[in-house]
Amino acid sequence: MTKANAPVIEMLTALADDELVIGHRDSEWTGYAPILEEDIAFSNIAQDEIGHSLVWYTLLERLLQRSPDAMAFERQWLDFRCCRFVAYPRGDFAYTVVRQYLFDEAEHVRLEALAQSSYGPIRDAAARIMKEEAYHLLHSEALVERLGDATDESRRRMHAATATAFPQSLGLFERLEHEDVLVRERVFPGNAKLQTAWIERIVATFGAVSITLPLDGSSKPLCLADYGGRAGDHTSDLEQLIADLHMVYQSVSGASW
Amino acid sequence: MAELTGEERLVEFERRIDRGEKVEPGDWMPEDYRRNLIRMISQHAHSEIVGQLPEGKWIPYAPGFRRKLTLIAKVQDEAGHGQLLYRAAETLGKTREEMIDELLSGKAKYANVFNYPTPTWADVGVIGWLVDTAAVINQTMLAQSSYGPYARAMKRICYEESFHIKQGYDSIVTLAKGTAAQRSMAQDAVNRWWYPTLMMSGPPDAMSVHSQQALRWRIKTKSNEQVRQEFVDHIVPQIRALGISVPDQECRLDGTTGHYRYSPPDWEELKRVISGDGPCNKERLEVRRKAHEEGRWVREALQAHQTRKAV
Repeated sequence: MTKANAPVIEMLTALADDELVIGHRDSEWTGYAPILEEDIAFSNIAQDEIGHSLVWYTLLERLLQRSPDAMAFERQWLDFRCCRFVAYPRGDFAYTVVRQYLFDEAEHVRLEALAQSSYGPIRDAAARIMKEEAYHLLHSEALVERLGDATDESRRRMHAATATAFPQSLGLFERLEHEDVLVRERVFPGNAKLQTAWIERIVATFGAVSITLPLDGSSKPLCLADYGGRAGDHTSDLEQLIADLHMVYQSVSGASW
Repeated sequence: MAELTGEERLVEFERRIDRGEKVEPGDWMPEDYRRNLIRMISQHAHSEIVGQLPEGKWIPYAPGFRRKLTLIAKVQDEAGHGQLLYRAAETLGKTREEMIDELLSGKAKYANVFNYPTPTWADVGVIGWLVDTAAVINQTMLAQSSYGPYARAMKRICYEESFHIKQGYDSIVTLAKGTAAQRSMAQDAVNRWWYPTLMMSGPPDAMSVHSQQALRWRIKTKSNEQVRQEFVDHIVPQIRALGISVPDQECRLDGTTGHYRYSPPDWEELKRVISGDGPCNKERLEVRRKAHEEGRWVREALQAHQTRKAV
């Protein structure tokens, strides 16, 4: 790894790992979702997210000379740079919906910013991924609207899921080690700016179903953010997830699959 | 025009069938035709839904991007096929909810083959290759079915299934060309799935309760034995070409008939597995019931939301 590339490598790794890990969690609904239509939808989203991670890993391959399969299936879990949020167990369907919605909105603001990046390959990839992400956002936003205020139980579950997921989801915007360089070089505008734009969007959607977020008067979170993932300080949930991901791949040494 | 008597209607119906016409949802049809079709199509739909489980189990462990993405896509296709088939069955007057209740209560049946375990990664490939080949041979026949919505659903499903076969085959080719451990993994999986796959086409026609009537009304167009023979003739050379053996000493090409001979499966086992007493029946239904129960609040909420919007 050249020193000059370290900031871009750090950001791309975070992007790729987030996508891979949430895609893995989404695929846990394949065969088990509450209705067939959602089984199909979440399987589809899982494929898209994993496919997007592949896009970012492919950009990394040029910088690291390490294949996407090696990045995903050979790297130690502590070397992943996903936020903790995406690695938590899938929970009930309410948690899955809220997590996906928060993630999709974050993706939206992040990709819009990356589509203006000074780094050409990132700019092109972001523009491509945005098209698919637009469908995810339509889907998860509609589910928040439909489940957020439908029955007593759905209301209770969606409120609880949001209370759990919101502080975790702030981890999506955890500051990167090389953040200053990335901002200065206009690779992206910085996590603080993205988070502000994101909060503005999610407040509106949750507000429409009477879910309030713990924010102060200037829309700053009042809760403690669940940071650590970007520095490799993960929970055992990621350890288990990566062990599953690697199980067959690493079961026979030197094998192709 | 004078009302037709029941008998005249039946004669007219059978003439239509003989002329190769398709029967459509609003058309008159004998009650037995309707019942037989609902039974077949809903069993088929249930098989897709339960069939998600043995392979779906391996999604978290699939080795490498390509295998992981194709496996999710495949299991997703099965959910899609289930959706399509429930809809085809609904045209005959039974709701998806009623059909799913019958599945979960254990009243409805589904394909025997999904009640066997998938202990290794190779089982995923072998299901795609052997089981889906057997399914496509059967479904290509059903695409000629006299009932229009079923025939059309089959056409689309066969198209997608043909990709599943390619993926399964490709995965087993990789294992067959791989290390000794991978080769024996592939052989063991073929050994496990050979007889359950042979059973998929159903019992011999003499033992089959529904077969004769289904043939007469062209709900299906080939007998169980014909379909099974087609599968064996197609798959045996493929298996052997990979250096994998067919787990049947009697399996060889009969020079006079041009067909492969094979030892028949244990039909008593099929009966047991179909009636709920296979190695994984309990586990499969429990998983489905749990998923259904845990998803109840979502279905109720979606219903409530829709009702409120309509008001």
